[in-house]
Amino acid sequence: MQLSVNCDLPEAPPASLMDLRRGDAAILDAIDLPTDDARRLMELGFLPGAQITAGRSAPGGDPQVFQVDGSEIALRRETARRLTVRRKKAGKLDTTPRA
Amino acid sequence: MSGCSDCGSCNSATVVEFPGSRTAPKAVAVIGPPNSGKTTLFNRLTGLHQKVANFPGVTVEQHTGIATLADGRSIQLIDLPGVYSLSPRSEDEQVAYDVLTGKRSDTAKPEAVLLVLDSTNMGRHLMLAAPILALGLPTLVILNMADDLRSRGGRVDLQKLSAELGAPVALVSARRGQGIDQVFDFLAGAMTKPSPKELPILQDVPKCRAWAGHVGSQASYRPPVPPKWTRRLDAVFLHPVAGPLLFLTVVVAIFQTIFTVAAPSQTAVDWLIQQFSNLVASGLPNGLFKSLLIGGVFKGVGSVVVFLPQILLLFLFIGILEDSGYLARAALIADRTMAKVGLQGKSFIPLLSAYACAVPAIMSTRTIENKRDRIATILIAPFMTCSARFPVYLLVIAAFIPNRPLLGRLLSTGAAAMLGLYILGFLMAVITARLLKSSILKSGRTPFLLEMPSYRWPTFTSLGLRLLDRAKVFLVRAGTIILLVSVLLWGALNLPYTNGHPPEISASLAGTVGRTIEPVIKPLGFNWKIGIGLITAVFSRETIIATLGTIYGMDESSNKEGLQAAIHHDLSPGGAVALLVFFAFAMQCISTIAVVRRETGGWKWPILQFSYMTVLAYVSAFAAFHLIG
Repeated sequence: MQLSVNCDLPEAPPASLMDLRRGDAAILDAIDLPTDDARRLMELGFLPGAQITAGRSAPGGDPQVFQVDGSEIALRRETARRLTVRRKKAGKLDTTPRA
Repeated sequence: MSGCSDCGSCNSATVVEFPGSRTAPKAVAVIGPPNSGKTTLFNRLTGLHQKVANFPGVTVEQHTGIATLADGRSIQLIDLPGVYSLSPRSEDEQVAYDVLTGKRSDTAKPEAVLLVLDSTNMGRHLMLAAPILALGLPTLVILNMADDLRSRGGRVDLQKLSAELGAPVALVSARRGQGIDQVFDFLAGAMTKPSPKELPILQDVPKCRAWAGHVGSQASYRPPVPPKWTRRLDAVFLHPVAGPLLFLTVVVAIFQTIFTVAAPSQTAVDWLIQQFSNLVASGLPNGLFKSLLIGGVFKGVGSVVVFLPQILLLFLFIGILEDSGYLARAALIADRTMAKVGLQGKSFIPLLSAYACAVPAIMSTRTIENKRDRIATILIAPFMTCSARFPVYLLVIAAFIPNRPLLGRLLSTGAAAMLGLYILGFLMAVITARLLKSSILKSGRTPFLLEMPSYRWPTFTSLGLRLLDRAKVFLVRAGTIILLVSVLLWGALNLPYTNGHPPEISASLAGTVGRTIEPVIKPLGFNWKIGIGLITAVFSRETIIATLGTIYGMDESSNKEGLQAAIHHDLSPGGAVALLVFFAFAMQCISTIAVVRRETGGWKWPILQFSYMTVLAYVSAFAAFHLIG
């Protein structure tokens, strides 16, 4: 909810995947997880620089499905929280009406 | 692919150019990322019936099968668990890695590799090509799911891709059987080592992905549009309100259908067995042998076989849910619950497959990287209602609960009772998990990752193969373990012979054993006949039905009324509930004990598990009997 405001500012504080609403797209910045776990995520397409779109979620919002690199991967919030993203301009514009 | 353009001529039966049997068959490994369709392809090539489903992690052990080429030569195929890379982190990935590098003594080192990739997601899947090609083994790169790729408007230039990878490429649809000839051609032809233009540094995932992207663009790969129907269906199945409701409806509908067909299908199979039994009886002279065959074998094994139609129906439904891709959504919806008890979502898939049988479920826990999570999942898997409990539940429920409508035609009392037992098993699994995870198996959390496959139509072949396989497993068990127990039991019921006459059942060897343990089970509301059933059920749960079928079949009075009525006569309602609860919780299955020992590498866990489940079953049955009376 706060994010839409942050994005308009020139220097937005880093957001995490968890902050994305359905339909929001963002660029992955970094993964703050142990090497093995990060590597597994990277093999699934969660690479720094990759575009990630938030999809549907289980009831209650956890876990959430993310569209990344041609597939749909579900992550728990506790994991999504560790993936920092940069907002994509176009993505933001896309989603404003929906959010 | 080149050397066999003249394969048509090899087909002529008289020519045997290749020394078919002189050398051991070449071993070829089938590898690829999870849910890329390796097993479907493997089944296509070998005609074997491995379990396939539309979610990642179905294959956890290497399976081998023989593919017979057009010229009669045979090639050993090794179906490996799905891997995202060759740096193993979980047990199933370790298996794949060890087989490929020839480190496993029980499997031949493969001489060639079939690399199966999902053509609809080639960009990411090609990453696996780097470490596989680096092995230097002759490799055929198979782009699977060609039908999906085409229908969703994707395309790829195979020749350019082949040139870039330095290895032959085939575009196939294993599900529909398109392009399989090319795979056979590769297996039959000269296998040359790959010579890719360049390979990335394997440890560097971003570099690997960049390489895969470069190769893809060189091959003018156009990814397909996102699956429209998957998005639409997910809008319903993952809807915050409609989703869970639909899940519940699906489950209730399955149970209701199974219950609706229960009576007619049992009567039909029972009638068939009766006819066959009469036919055999009329052709045999009276005597011991006839008594054994009719009283021991037909009564015992027959009483289990009548449940075959319902078991098959259950597996048909499970098969449709699995193949369509719905189960991955169910896993997503259920993850919250799993998280609350401290388990990860990955535990959900083994637990789901434990509804069929705990043995493969326990093997599929290998996909769980965290050791403690894995052991916790193994320990709770036998609480899930497996298909061996199913006939026992059906029998007791039919004998004690009159089948009346409960929610109109939507749900009847019998189906509701069955559903309740399934929920009971699941709840006990969840409670046990909570206990374990907050005490002896505490562990840090590992990230939950679950790939959501696109929805696909289940194919008749896949469902058919699966049902055939289940029918075989069920009948083989009825024809071996249950048959053997029935025969032994018949013997124990007819001994000791006095004055040329078999004893009264209660005075027989089996009766004596039953009456000896009666004091122990009397507090649960069971008599000695049920006691004998409980003993034989240790071999596998449904054996109790065969046992009771034999025991009651020998008794003139109960033989006439049939098994259901006989059980109704012998158990109080409280005793019946106690019996159901006992079966829900007890670990009566030798195969499960054996597989737990194998997977945990010792006797500690199986002994703990067996004791815990037995005590729990006994105490709960005791409570049920005394509460209901």
